[in-house]
Amino acid sequence: MKHDVVFRIGGEGGEGVISCGEILTLACARMGLEIYTFRSYPAEIKGGPAMFQVRTSKEFLLSQGSEIDVLVCFNQEAYDRHAKDLRKDGQGVIVYDSSSTKPQNGIHAILYEIPVSEMAKLELRNYLTKNIIFLGILAKLFSIDFLILETIIRQKFGKKGEAILNLNFQALRAGYQYVEKNITKKDDYLIEAQKSENRLVLSGNQAVALGAIQAGMRFYAGYPITPATDIMEFLARELPRFDGTVVQAEDEIAAIGMVLGAAFSGVKAMTASSGPGIDLMTEFLGLASMAEVPCVIIDCQRAGPSTGMPTKTEQSDLRHAISAGHGDAPRIVMALTSVEDAFYGMIRAFNYAVRCQVPVIVLSDQYLAQRTATVRKPEVTKVAVEEAKKPTSSELEHYKRFQMTDSGVSPMTVPGTKGGAFSATGIEHTEDCELSYEPDNHRRMSEKRWRKLNQILQGPDLFRRHGPLEADIGIVGWGSSEGVIREAIAMANAKGYRVAAFHPKVLHPMPNELGDFIKSVKAVIVPELNFTGQFAKEIRARYLTDVIQLNKVAGLPFTPNEILKKIEEVAETCLKQTHHKV
Amino acid sequence: MSETNAPQGLTAKEYKTDVHPVWCPGCGDFGVLTCIYRMLATKQIPPENLVVVAGIGCSGRLSAYVNSYGFHTVHGRVLPVATGVKTANPNLEVVAVGGDGDAYSIGAGHIPHAARRNIDVCYIVMDNEVYGLTKGQGSATAASDFTTGTTPYGQLDEPLNPIAMAIAYDIGFVARGFSAKPKELTDLIVQGVEHKGFALVEVLSPCTTFHDIYKPISQRVRFIGTEHDPTDRLKAFQLALERETIPLGVIYKHERSPFHDRARKIQVDSLAKRGKATVDELLEQFQ
Repeated sequence: MKHDVVFRIGGEGGEGVISCGEILTLACARMGLEIYTFRSYPAEIKGGPAMFQVRTSKEFLLSQGSEIDVLVCFNQEAYDRHAKDLRKDGQGVIVYDSSSTKPQNGIHAILYEIPVSEMAKLELRNYLTKNIIFLGILAKLFSIDFLILETIIRQKFGKKGEAILNLNFQALRAGYQYVEKNITKKDDYLIEAQKSENRLVLSGNQAVALGAIQAGMRFYAGYPITPATDIMEFLARELPRFDGTVVQAEDEIAAIGMVLGAAFSGVKAMTASSGPGIDLMTEFLGLASMAEVPCVIIDCQRAGPSTGMPTKTEQSDLRHAISAGHGDAPRIVMALTSVEDAFYGMIRAFNYAVRCQVPVIVLSDQYLAQRTATVRKPEVTKVAVEEAKKPTSSELEHYKRFQMTDSGVSPMTVPGTKGGAFSATGIEHTEDCELSYEPDNHRRMSEKRWRKLNQILQGPDLFRRHGPLEADIGIVGWGSSEGVIREAIAMANAKGYRVAAFHPKVLHPMPNELGDFIKSVKAVIVPELNFTGQFAKEIRARYLTDVIQLNKVAGLPFTPNEILKKIEEVAETCLKQTHHKV
Repeated sequence: MSETNAPQGLTAKEYKTDVHPVWCPGCGDFGVLTCIYRMLATKQIPPENLVVVAGIGCSGRLSAYVNSYGFHTVHGRVLPVATGVKTANPNLEVVAVGGDGDAYSIGAGHIPHAARRNIDVCYIVMDNEVYGLTKGQGSATAASDFTTGTTPYGQLDEPLNPIAMAIAYDIGFVARGFSAKPKELTDLIVQGVEHKGFALVEVLSPCTTFHDIYKPISQRVRFIGTEHDPTDRLKAFQLALERETIPLGVIYKHERSPFHDRARKIQVDSLAKRGKATVDELLEQFQ
């Protein structure tokens, strides 16, 4: 029996595809299994193809998987769209609505046909029960705990009244009983409960919000935008209980303006948005650099440019994050690598912001933001929370807000502090806030502002290294691809290649160790979900060395197989002489 | 306003910094700055509890001239920054300053939302009808026959009526002053600061270099009499739309709870309803 199963559910937006997937996910998690979801849906509320994928396993999961094991088709379009991603060895399963879907003749897979639409219409007399009927079918086919499913359905639909709840229970049973009576199991997949402790089911956006609260963030301003809005919704509900405030701003310019104001007042503050919103924040980003205001900006990247594909993933805001705005404006750019990393990453983001008194841009993306995964319950005190450097009482006597120091970081007062008054400004200024256009002053202050970034170049968690200590091929990815890359290099190393991965968590400034890693391997592959190879260009510019780009621009994440294929290709072409198979 | 009344003894002078204003001789902004000093002395606001948030333009430099915390921001974004400062620490006195370009052109989109929120900030707009720092192009409040470098055949656009706009947005305190009438202007600024909520003090503050309109303004201004009831919105609109004279004084008032009080209430209510939270407890919801 196989316990590592990739389910994909496809159908029409508004048919309950996503909620079917969510219930299935939660049920597997409550059975003690690891889960890893991936969703893709139309930007419109109703209509258009919707897809939910969940991988479940007894072992910790690093990616959404490369191929589908079980495809659930709500309609013909789902079949047409996704059947090509089914595993090729004939062991894949298609569960489909025979009232609406016809698989092509001779498809090499195990088929279960069930007249789901007909059952919904005739038996349940409600077409919207289709997704729950499918859940009942999956429960029986793969032994998903029926009681757990019922409990989740009660939690989800209980508020809608007894009638709706009972209808859903009936639908669940109808699906289950249909399989019991009419279907003989021909596949090898089985969901088997196991004991597990201290595990949570979290989405990337939830982990970001929770990490920010742990970091001491008490002011949030934002403007709704896909795929970042969940962060604001979570905080709007929970932050007031921590004496914090969430403001829904009139636009993203106002949002970051409020964040700067709150940060100036001494409260840890952040905003979250996606590409179009980040564009609008650019001018204030420069002010935050110039006036040395610590703040955090989350960019849940989506496919661009312009409106692009709001519900699809991409890693194409890196160059913008590093260099957005006129003038040389120092900032720190980080990328979150997993749901678990999102929690700790946010604490580090605020630490960097207050340590260096700069804006910190944290890159997430739709793939990570809206993915749920099982994570070990975070140890909330694992990353110590830092506060901004305050002046001593003697420093307050002749207080200079932008006092020249070796580190470049000056003690910072907040309004309310007697003797600490200063007037922050976006105009070039002296240590003492006087406006100055003197050539030497501009050079000294520019150096001071940039020097501060050195404060983060030491310490843990700047990067992760995976794979053997000596390797031929190095993978340098960033952000949410970490798990996929880890899985791919594990597959490659099992095949006898020697592949390691260096995954920076801080992308700007670049960790020094990246140079050593690049030197230690014979070829470097930089996988990125963008067209131009934005990080590859940064690496070339910094190290004057070429790297091999692997770019995917499909609005979809990498799969481990795609990366493995590139590794094999590079091994064949670049390393023929040195490549040894075991 | 008498400075000797000050109980803690802070005089208007002590709110002055030693930075000399960049303004041209005769600029209306000198008058406004003096009135702000006098307001501070009248209110005896401790310098460390005051934040002056300023925009970009001649008037935006004002934050550096007040002995207090100051934040000289970007063009047009005074109100969002002031919102953040005040909401994060409601104990602070927050005064926002800027020009007509800041307030009524590039930043005009923030005014209705500051009004909706009713942020407890007094916004002093120094209106001279021109972009002074870029050498005298007409602004949104300039008359349509105004010719400048960028409008050699006259302004293509009609002038905005900021007072009528403010009343339409239901800003809780709307007043107009004149930089050449410092006694009355000081009084308006004091009232604007005392108002619990968003206050807009529109100040006619002429630019002597590019658009000297002291004379025509002086000839047309009149002080609103005690017969005007500022809580009467229709009457307020009538004053705003008056053409022959320029009424000075408090034009419109509408008291309601400020933003930070409502934000605080949400904190108190959610604490009462759901109890104090820790991150650990929040995490447990996801088991």
